[in-house]
Amino acid sequence: MWLTQLFNGLSVSSILLLIALGLSITFGLMKIINMAHGEFIMIGSYAAYVTQNVFKSALPKSAFDAYFPVAIVVSFAVAFAIGYLLEATLIRFLYGRPLDSLLATWGVGLVLQQVARSIFGAPNVAVTSPSWLDGGMRIMDGVVFPYKRLFIIGLVLVCLLAMYLYIYRSGPGRRMRAVMQNREMAACLGISTRRVDGMTFAIGSGIAGIAGCALSLIGAIGPTIGTNYIVDAFMVVVLGGVGKLVGTVAGALGIGMFNTLFEWWSTASLGKVFVFVLIVAFLQWRTMGLFAVKTRSLD
Amino acid sequence: MLSVERLEAGYGESVILRDVSIRVEPGQVVCLMGRNGVGKSTLVKSIMGLLKTKRGSVSFKGDDLARRAPGQRARRGIGYVPQGREIFAQLTVRENLRIGLEASRDRKRRQAKEIPAEALAKFPALKEMYERRGGDLSGGQQQQLAFARALAAEPELLLLDEPTEGIQPSIVQDIEDVIRSIRDEGRTSILLVEQSLEFVRSVGDRFYIMEKGAIVWEGVREELDDPMVMRYLTV
Repeated sequence: MWLTQLFNGLSVSSILLLIALGLSITFGLMKIINMAHGEFIMIGSYAAYVTQNVFKSALPKSAFDAYFPVAIVVSFAVAFAIGYLLEATLIRFLYGRPLDSLLATWGVGLVLQQVARSIFGAPNVAVTSPSWLDGGMRIMDGVVFPYKRLFIIGLVLVCLLAMYLYIYRSGPGRRMRAVMQNREMAACLGISTRRVDGMTFAIGSGIAGIAGCALSLIGAIGPTIGTNYIVDAFMVVVLGGVGKLVGTVAGALGIGMFNTLFEWWSTASLGKVFVFVLIVAFLQWRTMGLFAVKTRSLD
Repeated sequence: MLSVERLEAGYGESVILRDVSIRVEPGQVVCLMGRNGVGKSTLVKSIMGLLKTKRGSVSFKGDDLARRAPGQRARRGIGYVPQGREIFAQLTVRENLRIGLEASRDRKRRQAKEIPAEALAKFPALKEMYERRGGDLSGGQQQQLAFARALAAEPELLLLDEPTEGIQPSIVQDIEDVIRSIRDEGRTSILLVEQSLEFVRSVGDRFYIMEKGAIVWEGVREELDDPMVMRYLTV
């Protein structure tokens, strides 16, 4: 049923968007290719898993369903904190060196995966969804929108709105955009670029954490959960154009939708090939992505 | 107020400035002159902290700036209008000005939602362009914005790097008037890099001339006579 496919496409897009948001701002602001971004998804997932276990063992059964909203906050907080730490101890030495940052963060990703393996074991673990997300909304015969996926789409919309307000309507967001456009001049006007970099990286990581928490609703959690998504998320960033919120949204929708539709028309692996071919063709035509900042205004 | 002592600075390994010493006293307009490529902008950038000091010192209000980042220098009261204006093209005029308030030493001012009226008094035209993006303004308007942005934080020392370069004549006049009015108010000292001899003669208190990365002459207005100009400034 095509309606189901459209809905699935939207669902995939929304998760991709959540993952790509953080990548886009860290790449736009600091020219860091953060290969460890996927591991912040993993951190968020395990944070949700731990929160669930704490609720299971320490609180009465009736309170269990309330764990998920708490898990969202915990996932964000844990990923945010680890992101902040990583920026302060490693990333800040790699600014303006995209290739070095790629290697170093890839290494960090491997370390984080191994840490997860040591703590939680190599096999996947499962998170029990709260009962209020079971079932689905029946649109018509044979078309059911699962509540879990609807919830994720809603969660992504809330995150997107929060990001928009932060970037375009708040003081820290204004400072962030100033640093993104002209780092030297922003510094000369009294902005602490160190603080802006740290906060931005941490927020990007925190959002990846939320994405991980959302993913725990629809599948099992393993140490390598992030690697499944990181390539697609990078595609979103490249396709959308770096450092623009609207570009990331468009890129995520495009890739998520086409991916789902092509997979429906052909097979899973062939569908992915089609998507990549389309992206490559598109980037030949518009090398800066969908929503490139016009070069003249960058002077 | 500002004292640069035997400064050596440059880009990477190359040394551009050698043994440069200058002073700016409170309320003074000090003009830095010289032909193209002698190191005037490099000196201004070193004072702002954009270039590392290799030797010598830069101190401001008795405070050694050597280990201070540009942002900290700005918050101590140094304002900077760079060559080429460097406004934030994707930010609106209002946002550009609010970034300018960041370096303010007055906490209330730093967090103000509205741009204080007196910050705009010198550039009334900007108020009508509040919601336009900086990149959409003409060169002259951008220069006015860069000025207003630097003045928003009420700096005690203003570094002006060729503020009238490449700007339509009508706005050059405006900007010269603004520099005069800042001088007459006497609260802000100015270090001015400028090519127009006529203008610096009318506004400057003290003059330094640079050549090949060194100060080769210093003096007051009356001493800046035609033989001096012939020797160091005419191309």
